[in-house]
Amino acid sequence: MSNRLMREVFGETLLQLGKKDPRIVVLDADMGRSTKASKFSELFPDRFFQMGVAEQNMVGVASGLASVGLVPFVVSFAAFIKRALDQIRVLIAQPGLNAKIVGAYSGFSSSRSGKSHHAIQDMAIMRSMPNMWVVSPVDILELRAVMEVIAEHVGPVYLRLIRGPSPVVTTEGTPLHPGRGVVLRKGKDVAIMSTGIETVRAVEAVRVLESNGVDAYLLHLPWVKPLDKEAVVEAASLTGAVVVAEEHNLIGGLGSAVAEVLGEELPTPIKRVGIPDMYADSDSEEDLAEECDIGVSSVVSAVYQMLDKKNRRGRYLLEPCSSGKEG
Amino acid sequence: MIMEEGTVQYIEDMAHKLRLHALRMVYERRYGHIGGCFSLAEILSCLYFHFLRIDPQNPDWEERDRLILSKGHAAPIYYAALAERGYFSVKELDTFATGGSFLEGHPDMRAPGVDMSSGSLGMGLSVGVGMAMGAKLLGKGFLTYVILGDGEIQEGQVWEAMLVAVRYRLDNLIAIVDYNKHQLMDRIDRTLPLEPLREKWVAFNWEVFEADGHDVEALVDTIGRAIKVNGRPSVVIAHTVKGKGVSFMEGLPEWHNKVPTGEEYREAKAELSRKVFSNE
Repeated sequence: MSNRLMREVFGETLLQLGKKDPRIVVLDADMGRSTKASKFSELFPDRFFQMGVAEQNMVGVASGLASVGLVPFVVSFAAFIKRALDQIRVLIAQPGLNAKIVGAYSGFSSSRSGKSHHAIQDMAIMRSMPNMWVVSPVDILELRAVMEVIAEHVGPVYLRLIRGPSPVVTTEGTPLHPGRGVVLRKGKDVAIMSTGIETVRAVEAVRVLESNGVDAYLLHLPWVKPLDKEAVVEAASLTGAVVVAEEHNLIGGLGSAVAEVLGEELPTPIKRVGIPDMYADSDSEEDLAEECDIGVSSVVSAVYQMLDKKNRRGRYLLEPCSSGKEG
Repeated sequence: MIMEEGTVQYIEDMAHKLRLHALRMVYERRYGHIGGCFSLAEILSCLYFHFLRIDPQNPDWEERDRLILSKGHAAPIYYAALAERGYFSVKELDTFATGGSFLEGHPDMRAPGVDMSSGSLGMGLSVGVGMAMGAKLLGKGFLTYVILGDGEIQEGQVWEAMLVAVRYRLDNLIAIVDYNKHQLMDRIDRTLPLEPLREKWVAFNWEVFEADGHDVEALVDTIGRAIKVNGRPSVVIAHTVKGKGVSFMEGLPEWHNKVPTGEEYREAKAELSRKVFSNE
């Protein structure tokens, strides 16, 4: 078990990748000491480009670098990289250039900085772009594996990071294939699907449920895009009730992605656990999670709601889904 | 660089040929931006038929000079230059902005010779900065040219890129401003004035040149001097006329994206054709 910060491991892994692949370059918008991207500059000062507080230009520069055969990692806070959204759209995603966009401090990582720094729409925005992959690792082990994969993949990727520390819930042996989910627990009563840091809460929720005799299936989905549709459908078909959890707005993230798949492939009752379309204030990350209904207790209570519906399935099908807080 | 006898005249003629292609493309497709194409004709002609070290038979040649058309709405005349330079057949121009054609309404990288997609304004200089930084890192000697519209300089990103280009001493980057003094709605000085434009670039520590953007000899001389600058990026502010080459279009804002009527088309074509042949 490790209490290491995800950002530390990000910086380290970026450096390791840089040793292996001389094409890798790093672009920073005056955030490197926080994101730890600056670690790269210790060994490779000529491959670390300081772009100043100017994200739009940074993404344009990355596009130019990628077009001449380099592999730029563009690193900023998830909240601020969106400032360059049109540049990402036109200069990276549309031409399908081999650039990696890294959104550090996503979700409530910048907890006390307040809503200007919280990043709760990034997955929705990034996954709506053709050609773009969106990946949201849960812990430092998975982060390392994800970074190896995206460095090999030729094409644009959005890597969603948290500051950490994040408890380690995967193992060295956990398989990590692009576009594939990871089954962390098999169970028959309900399927919980989650991504990123929220999977840590889902793991805890599963423990609570287990002690109360609920046999939950837990599917961790680091790849929000491409989404592992087969794994989603399989989990839904085995359990008949789905809870999707994420540290992200309810609109457009993993919950939406799963609902899109199941709605078309295997209509299944779903409860989404996410930030209920609101902006939060300054607080600790875990208090924010509780306040915004994405904490462990929210996952647990969503599971009980779904179990209740599942048991009243016949009636449920005749009634509109009770909407809870999301309205 | 080859500058044989008669080349200036060849470049001048070519500029009018490019205008003729662009005129026909816009007329036939009922779509396109004629005014900003015509102001750019001599600049493109000088670059593609004098300066650029490129190999149209090998469009992805790694050592090639790069050109970014940041003002992507000048796509028709840009495609005309690429076709005349041999990247694809002139016949291909007939497919402009039709389904299945790589000649999209605004440039897309899948077209041979297009080094970067564009169409959303104000982005090209940043891309050029990236290419020029990449060249230095990779030890390559190619140059990167960025053609900027004047209206798009209103985008803040351009000024971000100007800062970074100087910080990284990108003397392998040459920006050319097609300063035709008009944007979509109106004259620039009545929309959001850029003046004093030269002083702004100077204040950002760029090496600044100015030239008449329709005088081929002046352009060749000025761009040639811009290439030789050491230690910092250079910009050529090319003073141009929107709609240049067709007397009833020159300097009129409505020709930003107006499509000519049949009669206007024939008149414009006749005037441009006379210019090509009077040089021959």
